[in-house]
Amino acid sequence: MLRFITLRLLQAIPVILVVITVTFFLVRIAPGGPFDSEKPVTREVKAALEAQYKLDLPLFQQYTSYLGDLAQGDLGPSFKYPGRSVNELIAAGFPVTAELGFYALLVAVGIGGLAGVIAALKPNTAQDYIPMSLAMIGICMPSFLLGPLLVLVFGIHLDWLPVSGWGDIPGDKILPSITLGAGYAAYIARLGRAGMLEVLSQDYIRTARAKGLPEWQVVLKHSLRGGLIPVVAFLGPAFAGLLAGSFVVETIFQIPGLGRFYVQAAFNRDYTMILGTTVFLSVLIVLFNLLSDVLAAWMNPRLRAQFGH
Amino acid sequence: MALLDVQDLAVSFVTRNGTNKAVDGVSFSVELGKITAIIGESGSGKSVACYSLLGLVPMPPGRIDGGRALFEGRDLLQLEESELRKIRGRDIAMIFQDPMTCLNPYMTIGKQLMEPLVYHHHVKKEQARARALELLAEVGIRDPESTIDDFPHQFSGGMRQRVMIAMALINEPKLLIADEPTTALDVTIQAQILKLIAELQEKRDIGVIFISHDLAVVADIADQIVVMKQGQIVETGNRESIFHNAQHPYTKKLLAAIPTDSKQARGGVAEPLIQVRDLCTWFSQDKGKEPVKAVNKVSFDINRGEVLGLVGESGSGKSTIGRSILRLVPVTSGEVLFDGTDLTALEGRDLKAMRRRMQMIFQDPFASLNPRMTVYDTLAEPLLLHGIENRATVGKGVLKLMDDVGLARAFVRKYPHEFSGGQRQRIAIGRALATRPEFIVADEPVSALDVTIQAQILDLMQQLGREYGLTMLFVSHDLAVVRHLADRILVLYKGEVVEQGSGDDLFEHPQQPYTRQLLTSIPGRSLLA
Repeated sequence: MLRFITLRLLQAIPVILVVITVTFFLVRIAPGGPFDSEKPVTREVKAALEAQYKLDLPLFQQYTSYLGDLAQGDLGPSFKYPGRSVNELIAAGFPVTAELGFYALLVAVGIGGLAGVIAALKPNTAQDYIPMSLAMIGICMPSFLLGPLLVLVFGIHLDWLPVSGWGDIPGDKILPSITLGAGYAAYIARLGRAGMLEVLSQDYIRTARAKGLPEWQVVLKHSLRGGLIPVVAFLGPAFAGLLAGSFVVETIFQIPGLGRFYVQAAFNRDYTMILGTTVFLSVLIVLFNLLSDVLAAWMNPRLRAQFGH
Repeated sequence: MALLDVQDLAVSFVTRNGTNKAVDGVSFSVELGKITAIIGESGSGKSVACYSLLGLVPMPPGRIDGGRALFEGRDLLQLEESELRKIRGRDIAMIFQDPMTCLNPYMTIGKQLMEPLVYHHHVKKEQARARALELLAEVGIRDPESTIDDFPHQFSGGMRQRVMIAMALINEPKLLIADEPTTALDVTIQAQILKLIAELQEKRDIGVIFISHDLAVVADIADQIVVMKQGQIVETGNRESIFHNAQHPYTKKLLAAIPTDSKQARGGVAEPLIQVRDLCTWFSQDKGKEPVKAVNKVSFDINRGEVLGLVGESGSGKSTIGRSILRLVPVTSGEVLFDGTDLTALEGRDLKAMRRRMQMIFQDPFASLNPRMTVYDTLAEPLLLHGIENRATVGKGVLKLMDDVGLARAFVRKYPHEFSGGQRQRIAIGRALATRPEFIVADEPVSALDVTIQAQILDLMQQLGREYGLTMLFVSHDLAVVRHLADRILVLYKGEVVEQGSGDDLFEHPQQPYTRQLLTSIPGRSLLA
């Protein structure tokens, strides 16, 4: 097991290097720079600023110097928030984003998993069609449409829930979490249904029924574990998607998370902030993919035995 | 009074294409302390009849049209699901065909064993565990203490079937339904499991329904035999009357399908086509471990036009020899001369040219045929690939092959899933013959087929062998089948040849203990000899 994890972590290094390199050069190819603005600054001021942030160096030297800092865990200073480092900004925004992502994941797994299992128990009946149709709508509906819709219905029309903010008014975390989690709930419902259907058609389920076990025990004890392995394997990619998706949701609901910094950084050409956030997120995504793979393997005794060696 | 008395049972499946009567007016009974065998080929309704008694047929599409099934005075067909569930796994238990898929891979066997006991009798965990250990020992699992917490994949097929049997017996049922419990196993393992079931049945004095497609399998154990065909019973009788005085033509056909004869010795000059010298095929494991010596220093010749039988159990290396000759697995050392050319030294184009002269037929015709190719495509591909036919003549070539293997020409545009197992194997044989090979490796070509179909395919292979002048390596775990077809037989054990000779030699004067064990494993031998 340890060997597998080490190997995967080593494999992640070139992936992250490629991400850094591509992002580094892409943001610099994009027209404009961090110190272009409507108010023209004098040539001297601009040169001084560029010198301060090492932007006057040749491009390749900027790149190596960035990598050198990065190796020491330093993501550099922000270009747009003078006096604050990218590390600080991420540390401030990430807990909010992580919390949002976590609740959204709960929504996705809870609602999606349940819907998938329920649908699989009675395939091709209303019990199957209704949740699966909802799931299809969930997949098709982008969050920038679902979010305002939910706000309109539950926030304004019914006036049940607050329409923006994070942790200011009780209940203001509900709508963003649902908006972000809904699409993934739909995916998980479909994965869960397929996985459960597969398992329920296995011979060992017939064995369990032949033992005289009631149906709920057949489902809970004999089917759920095998049926939900595909869902667990999907959680890594899902978490990555949730983080990326949170940028939109954070903007809709005015949530002070990492996503808003990221979007603003892109508009402002805040090179180090864009790079820093990208690197941070790609490391997280790699880690979560690894985690979900390990978990899925652990749930399968045959694979677990192979890892044991 | 009978333990179970089934009268006029009728079950049908309602599908979009109409109603299919799977079981049509079937009556039989099982006595306490006796074994009733239900015999029939795939689709004869034998399994559906038994599953419907326990409410294990999915409804819909299944539907019980009528009949009675009295078990201890109660009609099983009239019981509520909750009542039936109390009988299932407590008074009536089941074992199934494929032990590889019938145990839950995510649960330890101990947990699975204890489940029926805990559920039906609310026994405490420690007591259930103790009982599970007792039963594991009784069914012949070595060292139950250390294996009870293992997962199913850590057991071999035969051992898993023993676990299944222990699980079925843990609640001391009065009736055991065994659905083809040995069909997926090697003959030697089959013999052990049959013996075990018979012993346990006698010791516990319970009733058993034994479902099988093979009359020979039940020859030694059944008290009563019920022969089914297309949902109906064609003949019922005790063992003696079925085996020695069968009335119905179908029963006679089933009896005739049991391979008993030995192939007549072949005349002519012996000129070797294949010469295998000190063949070793080893598979390396993790570093520091000894490689698995699947084939170890095996030497033999196959003469032109000869059928050489290769017999051994799973893991004996018999399939690996076939694959090594065709260079489908890397050979570790040794020589394989084909018509004087060493195949192990060939590469690239030379190898491809040689491959045209050698073909392979696999065990599972469904898995080895491409499900998205019609019969026409499957047969035309090798004809065109090796330039045997051109675009203009390929249609005729395909039809010729279909005639040769006994497939109706009307099927030419059908896909594999539209065929039965036997027909699929005919397609696979046709594909192998397409390149006009001189040599064929047939790897368990009839093991996945019902006995009646098995007999047809063996006849077909024999006939085609003569017509095409084929040399054949016939690989099987079943000595009776090999004897029927082969001129000479090699017995393989743990990667090495332990004995060889003609079929008659081996059957009458076996030299090695392992050969003797194989012989005694042949089902129904005592009755038919």
